[in-house]
Amino acid sequence: MTVTELLQSPAKDLLNIYFTAGYPHLDSLCELLPALEAAGADLVEIGIPYSDPLSDGPTIQQSSAHALANGISLELIFKQLEETTTQIPKVMMGYFNTVLQFGFERFCQRCADTGISGVILPDLPIELYLDRYASLFEQHGLSNIFLVTPETPADRLHYIDQHSTSFIYAVSSSSTTGVKAGIQDAAPYLKGLQTAKLKTPFLVGFNIASPKDFDFACQYARGGIIGSAFIRYLAKQNDLHAATTQFVQHIRQLQLS
Amino acid sequence: MSTTVLSPFQVDQKGFYGDFGGAFIPEMLHGNVEELRQRYLGILASESFRNQFNELLHQYVGRPTPLYLAPRLGAHHGTTIYLKREDLCHTGAHKINNALGQLLVARELGKTRIIAETGAGQHGVATATACALLGMECVVYMGARDIQRQAPNVARMRMLGARVEPATSGSQTLKDATNEAIRDWINHPETTHYIIGSAVGPHPYPDMVARLQAIISAEIRQQLDGLPTHIVACVGGGSNAIGAFYHFLDEPEVQLVGVEAAGLGVDSGKTAATLALGTQGVLHASLTKVLQTADGQVVEPHSISAGLDYPGIGPQHAHLEAVKRVHYGGVTDQEALDAARQLSQLEGIIPALETAHALAYLEKMNFRREDRVVINLSGRGDKDLDTYMQHLAL
Repeated sequence: MTVTELLQSPAKDLLNIYFTAGYPHLDSLCELLPALEAAGADLVEIGIPYSDPLSDGPTIQQSSAHALANGISLELIFKQLEETTTQIPKVMMGYFNTVLQFGFERFCQRCADTGISGVILPDLPIELYLDRYASLFEQHGLSNIFLVTPETPADRLHYIDQHSTSFIYAVSSSSTTGVKAGIQDAAPYLKGLQTAKLKTPFLVGFNIASPKDFDFACQYARGGIIGSAFIRYLAKQNDLHAATTQFVQHIRQLQLS
Repeated sequence: MSTTVLSPFQVDQKGFYGDFGGAFIPEMLHGNVEELRQRYLGILASESFRNQFNELLHQYVGRPTPLYLAPRLGAHHGTTIYLKREDLCHTGAHKINNALGQLLVARELGKTRIIAETGAGQHGVATATACALLGMECVVYMGARDIQRQAPNVARMRMLGARVEPATSGSQTLKDATNEAIRDWINHPETTHYIIGSAVGPHPYPDMVARLQAIISAEIRQQLDGLPTHIVACVGGGSNAIGAFYHFLDEPEVQLVGVEAAGLGVDSGKTAATLALGTQGVLHASLTKVLQTADGQVVEPHSISAGLDYPGIGPQHAHLEAVKRVHYGGVTDQEALDAARQLSQLEGIIPALETAHALAYLEKMNFRREDRVVINLSGRGDKDLDTYMQHLAL
């Protein structure tokens, strides 16, 4: 299934899990993707490690540095994807420079070949995307996912909405990833998004770490995105498959009860 | 200060210099960068800004700085050489021009908190100084390794009331200090202005910093009767160089020369010669030349001078190289050390190690007797005495 199909389905309380490719081991992706699918995550975000991840807090900075030291590269991520068979919708998240060096056309082609249906490049502003890359993405059936924040003015929110296809990534607060405790303060902002009459559904991400946070996000949005908390959890475990199952069950406990 | 620059060497409406520049920022920074983009030209051109800025440059910084005719250095090179004495600015380098200017812009934008990055500590000291003068909270990010290497400047910043925050990520040097400053800005978008120390970063920073440093070339034009034949300046991010070139960019008969730090040699693997070796890429939200791997991971540069060891370069310099308006060359650590000693003993001026790169490049140039060469003496060498003691057996 593609990310756009998932978001067009009636499914709600969508759990989107981010992990850094190449972490904790070079080929952990091949284990984590099936594990996340089996555990019942709805969507995965595969992080492309970059030496200078400006939008990320310490957890993802460290997992990225660790993955690069392990020898990960975008080329290798695509090879690992080719060796892994999963149906779960997959998007890639990374920084513009990594994709620029790989070559945008080649990147889009490889995404299409390996079952990636969405891309998040936080440092590629929408104006530049529309100017330079939108037609390439469309040609390869890729959904480009834009971020909005509590500071995004209404006109820009609607501009972003108009150009969004699968979902809008609603950043829970003005921050880097995984550095603030919880998202409860975001209620007025999330309520605003809920009532903004957007055509595109949104998922909430940044600083979602607990079942309570996830449940809170789901009250306003189609689901939540968890990255740093999952990576911190993996760091303490040896059995990645068991750890993934436990983590997903833990996060979902309020929906299941 | 003109607000409508129509020069092939200046930034275009979309924030690019030819293929370079732009603002590759995450959405979290959009509000701040967009506000700055919409307002900086208006603020810089306003009468109140110009009055305050000129007053501070004159009364506080000590401008205009002398354009000193250096007879013994000139005799050594068989030509006429002038030194633009930015080392005589308060705090010892050109950095204060930008720090004060941006602080006035920040105040106009209603910001109450200032952050900055620093490598060797010169921009950090300049920003801490400006914040002390204007009563603004100041946080300076500095690589943990640089904090150890540059203890006197850390103490200066603290003496001036700034908080110095160690950047412990990555290689713990200038690049990482810049990353941490940008992350801080993402986390404090409403109260904070980020004073970038060089002509780098997302549009409009490279243009704003260039305009604030352009006072250097404006003064050279006034101080010199007629045009110089050459202007030579060192380039890390490139703020002193663009300041010295700015008002001569559209004078094709003036040869402009930028000198990069080649470290142990351009081909040694231990270098900061970004234009010589870099490839097109994005660093700190600007599309420019970057020292990086084929995968796009940024490579840590090396230079004996902490002010030049940056793996990128201002996008305007990348453009000026591409269109061949400025010639860029490289100088090794050892050549810079030798040039620093030479200037000290010929003219009684101890230059900063960064500046010494510009001086060293004179040995690689051919001059006619009737040439008039201006060197931008961007900073003084007090901060480098430890390095000079260590490498020159003082």
